[in-house]
Amino acid sequence: MIVDVSAFIGPYPYRHLADPSPERLIQDLDRVGIDRAWVGHLPSVIYRDPRPGTAELLRLLDRHRDRLDPIPTIHPSLPGWEEDLRQAGLVGAPAVRAYPSHQGLDPAGAEMRALIAAAADARLPVVVTVKLEDLRQRHPLDLAPDLPGAALRRLAREHPESRMLVTHADRSLVEEVHFGLTPAEAARVLWDISWIWGPPEGHLGLLLETVGVARFTLGTGLPLRLPEGAMAKLDLLGLAAADRAALTGGNLQRWRE
Amino acid sequence: MLIDVHAHFYTEKSGRGDWREVNARRLEAGARIGITAHVASVLGTWGARSPVYFPSPDDVIHANDGMAACCAEHPGLVFGYCLVNPNYTEHAIREIETRCAAGFVGVKLAASRRADDGLLDPIVDAARRVGVPILQHVFQHRRRDWPSQEASDATELAALAGRHPGTKFILAHLGGGGDWQHSLRALGDVPNVWVDLSGSGIDTGMLEASIESVGVARLLWGADVTLDTGFAKLRFLERLGLPDAEVSAIRHGNAEAVFPRGAFR
Repeated sequence: MIVDVSAFIGPYPYRHLADPSPERLIQDLDRVGIDRAWVGHLPSVIYRDPRPGTAELLRLLDRHRDRLDPIPTIHPSLPGWEEDLRQAGLVGAPAVRAYPSHQGLDPAGAEMRALIAAAADARLPVVVTVKLEDLRQRHPLDLAPDLPGAALRRLAREHPESRMLVTHADRSLVEEVHFGLTPAEAARVLWDISWIWGPPEGHLGLLLETVGVARFTLGTGLPLRLPEGAMAKLDLLGLAAADRAALTGGNLQRWRE
Repeated sequence: MLIDVHAHFYTEKSGRGDWREVNARRLEAGARIGITAHVASVLGTWGARSPVYFPSPDDVIHANDGMAACCAEHPGLVFGYCLVNPNYTEHAIREIETRCAAGFVGVKLAASRRADDGLLDPIVDAARRVGVPILQHVFQHRRRDWPSQEASDATELAALAGRHPGTKFILAHLGGGGDWQHSLRALGDVPNVWVDLSGSGIDTGMLEASIESVGVARLLWGADVTLDTGFAKLRFLERLGLPDAEVSAIRHGNAEAVFPRGAFR
């Protein structure tokens, strides 16, 4: 089972997306041989209240739950966010998302730490996204900074049972967080590969050696980015079958257990 | 055939201990992808002795020597751009004349001077005289100055191309950061600028928009410093439903038309 942990549906405010529907997402996944995806609701990234966005996400994915898992957005400074988290569990979401930079929150502040702890108690991983677009191309109004390593380390230390999936990180961020945590803390953090450079710089190959294969999983960034990117990285590595299976779903499954 | 019109190599003076390994990884990954020609430059000493985008004349010579050595080591596979710093105009012209006479197939303009600056005119004239295209480093829609470079954007390159209609220009790395939509708008009716699709960016919609606004005939495949994203864009192009002839044009045919006749045979 090949799983993409970093997909979305819905329009993006700063760039036209031709068809950000779940049906098109499935076509894109099929094109590159991905079986299943964890799907966030892109407009909810900047909604003041993401609850209606989650309702829309669930409605749009309802007919596609055999392929697409909803990842509701939680805004942990809103009154009643704990109920949103509880509902996420009830609808069978495998994780929840938060976007502290876009939600105007301190990424390591009390609200985010409370979410990490509550999600850990609910046995739900939290997905955080370092960036949605390259810093150099952002719309003048998109001032949300990339998630900093210090905040990720702080969140990873918050709760002994927490699990955090960090998407769209690059090599240096992975390294500073991974080696800035104890082995037990680092084992609760999973990274997607979508923004880690392949050859000739070879950042992904290096990280698989230094950080370890087990800490990484497949992510694409669809529909903002071509899913061929993540698959091309894997193909160029010449991986053993077991490692490829781990990176495309096995690690995710073990990390969730 | 598959021609990467935007590649880089490193030398012993590039300030990194793994320069040989990085060069080897480019060739190894290129073989996996099916690249039959790497058209490449060395950017001075990559900041070790002078800035990447403002290379000193000594570093320009070192870079071009290194590039020549790399071409000699891999004949028929690696081809050279002549790096120049137009602030040293006479030096730049001498380098272009000498290197291209020795087999280099293009000129690389980094970000030492804005593309629309009059100081570039004699450089462009030299490139035209020796019959090679110019690869211009571009920041896609520069809304401010970026550190350590005097980056140009597509409107400035279009201005230069308009002054030199007989010279072929390549806009570097459409996917290399910045607003590619701005560049595509700027180049819609500039027939002597081709678009190099390289860069780490793999935004959805970018390739379709390139085809629509610039046209297949002015698109060149390339990778720059991330072969994985180049490979991704190649795969997407090949699955986009374009006629085979158009895919071939982007893979190599357009490049063969832009660079000196027979350069890749």
